[in-house]
Amino acid sequence: MFLLPWLIGFFGLTLGPTLASLYLSFTDYDLLTSPRWSGLENYEYAFFHDRRLGNALSVTFTYVLWSVPLKLTVALLLAMVLDRSVRGVAFYRATFYLPSLLGASVAIAVLWRQIFGAQGLVNQMLFLLTGMKGPAWVAHPDYALTTLIVLAIWQFGSPMIIFLAGLRQVPQDLYEAASMDGASGWRQFRKITLPLLAPVIFFNLVFQTIEAFKAFTQAYIVSGGQGGPVDSTLFYSLYLYEEAFANFRMGYASALAWLLLVIIAIFTAIAFATSKYWVYYEDEGR
Amino acid sequence: MADLELRQVVKDFGNLRVIHGIDLKIDHGEFIVFVGPSGCGKSTLLRMIAGLEEISGGDVMIDGQVVNDMPAARRELAMVFQSYALYPHMSVRKNLAFGLETMKVPKPEIERQVKQAADILQINELLDRKPGQLSGGQRQRVAIGRAIVREPRIFLFDEPLSNLDAELRMQMRVEINRLHRRLGSTMVFVTHDQVEAMTLADRIVVLRAGRVEQVGSPLELYNKPDNIFVAGFLGSPRMNFLPGTVDRVEGHRGEILLAGGQRLTTEFSAPPKAGEAVTIGVRPEDLVPVPETDAVLIGEVTIAEQLGGETYVYVTLPDGQSATVEIKGQARVRPGDRLHLAFEDGKFHIFGSDEKVIRRT
Ligand SMILES: Nc1ncnc2c1ncn2[C@@H]1O[C@H](COP(=O)(O)OP(=O)(O)O)[C@@H](O)[C@H]1O
Ligand SMILES: [Mg+2]
Repeated sequence: MFLLPWLIGFFGLTLGPTLASLYLSFTDYDLLTSPRWSGLENYEYAFFHDRRLGNALSVTFTYVLWSVPLKLTVALLLAMVLDRSVRGVAFYRATFYLPSLLGASVAIAVLWRQIFGAQGLVNQMLFLLTGMKGPAWVAHPDYALTTLIVLAIWQFGSPMIIFLAGLRQVPQDLYEAASMDGASGWRQFRKITLPLLAPVIFFNLVFQTIEAFKAFTQAYIVSGGQGGPVDSTLFYSLYLYEEAFANFRMGYASALAWLLLVIIAIFTAIAFATSKYWVYYEDEGR
Repeated sequence: MADLELRQVVKDFGNLRVIHGIDLKIDHGEFIVFVGPSGCGKSTLLRMIAGLEEISGGDVMIDGQVVNDMPAARRELAMVFQSYALYPHMSVRKNLAFGLETMKVPKPEIERQVKQAADILQINELLDRKPGQLSGGQRQRVAIGRAIVREPRIFLFDEPLSNLDAELRMQMRVEINRLHRRLGSTMVFVTHDQVEAMTLADRIVVLRAGRVEQVGSPLELYNKPDNIFVAGFLGSPRMNFLPGTVDRVEGHRGEILLAGGQRLTTEFSAPPKAGEAVTIGVRPEDLVPVPETDAVLIGEVTIAEQLGGETYVYVTLPDGQSATVEIKGQARVRPGDRLHLAFEDGKFHIFGSDEKVIRRT
């Protein structure tokens, strides 16, 4: 019985809307008139006719493929530096985490626009240092996505904290044993740190990838909600949002949402399927 | 195989000095045991030799070469850790091979060495398991195997047996002994267990609070301890210590008044002053029951422990002190009995007020 509130919440807030959107994805629905059944039309359009969707997918995949590995690498490197240098200094660690929290917030995205804009900080620096006149980074189709990837990497805080916790779990004497075995720092990293951290890396990878697929806020703010310039930052979720709330094609937006869910599910399944080849779990004793 | 020399080695942790200038020479093939109570700096000293702990002062020399600044990875030593420190994600085979792979030894050679080590330690069946699937004793074998495979210049052991139960511990002790004879390597072994020290060592180094108290073969230390600490640390049951006062001194001879009122005439190697408080040390097996007329001490039996082969009798002396008497065989004594005791063949030690020995057996 104590599950009841949870059950109500689950069915009312999660399962209900989910099923509703599944239904809507087979309809035409503009919020004003009632949904009209259209069968697989939405999916057919998405798969075969929607150019902007193709672009959105390409942008999103590019974003995921670059931002996730780079972010995790930065997070791991910083976690290792932290683990080694300042054992037990909580405040210092908190200050590292801070930019990430801020970065996630809307404020920093607005700030980002200032920094990377045509008259932004970056260009002023560039001008001062080299005399070159830089482009408006977020307003230029060639650089806007790169800029957003950099912004994503900047939010290394939460994977870093998780890495740090993982590093703490690796017994110090393993490193000592390895150095007695003649192993250099790099070999210790490859043969001890990485394999023992694999479950944490796996978790971060899956989690961050899902987050990246769903990325929305930064692109929305930086591009003024358009996915511009020239759709170069038209993330999947941004496109979905546009379809739903700018063009009021709720049925089609629902279909897009379900496609994204399937894409994420496929990716996650791949990650889990391959994990048994590279993720070692302590209790498994393979 | 290598020799090892410590010269005025010092270790500070911040402001805290834990190793106070230790000098020691260890020869090729020697089995050296560092023994001392917990916290005396045994592990720290061993880790400084290993290269896992920085050296704050003095020199550590291996084969005549100062290695103070040489990283652990390049010293070519092997260490067996108290925690075993096996790589949990690697099979036993991989654990054993790790050091050789690091050295880029050819595969067939690695296989041969791993097999040989596995044979020596009888862990052939375990090679494909992970450490998590092994018992404590098996892990210990793997940890030792990992050290053997590397053919190190010196073996270092940090309390490797302390996590094993009593029987396994004895068994591994015998095996380590055999291993040493077989390999003939220099080994440094740290323990707080005096039995391990006595049974394994060619020479024992007794440490106390970061200083060397005495160095010598097990029997040298047992028979001729330099001070009360060493005398009390080695031997089980512990040596009895009886307070006394120097009554008269003439040259190297003198008379001591025991706390119980008896007198003891003896010779000193380093004569004390008359009136000095001294401690008489006598091992339980050297305190023997005698006829009343020969008695040096009289004790009342409180407990008699029958171990079958010998009997430990705990007695209370007239001054309230207690003492342990070890009697061969199954002695017929009961609580309340009065025992007349003397020192076997003059086998007793006297320690001056500075705790240093002034009369040896
Ligand atoms: N990393 C460290 N930092 C500060 N003090 C330490 C450290 N390691 C050991 N010590 C101190 O040095 C002394 C010797 O420790 P240790 O060598 O581990 O003793 P043992 O192995 O003989 O039990 C102890 O008082 C211990 O508290
Ligand atoms: Mg220790």
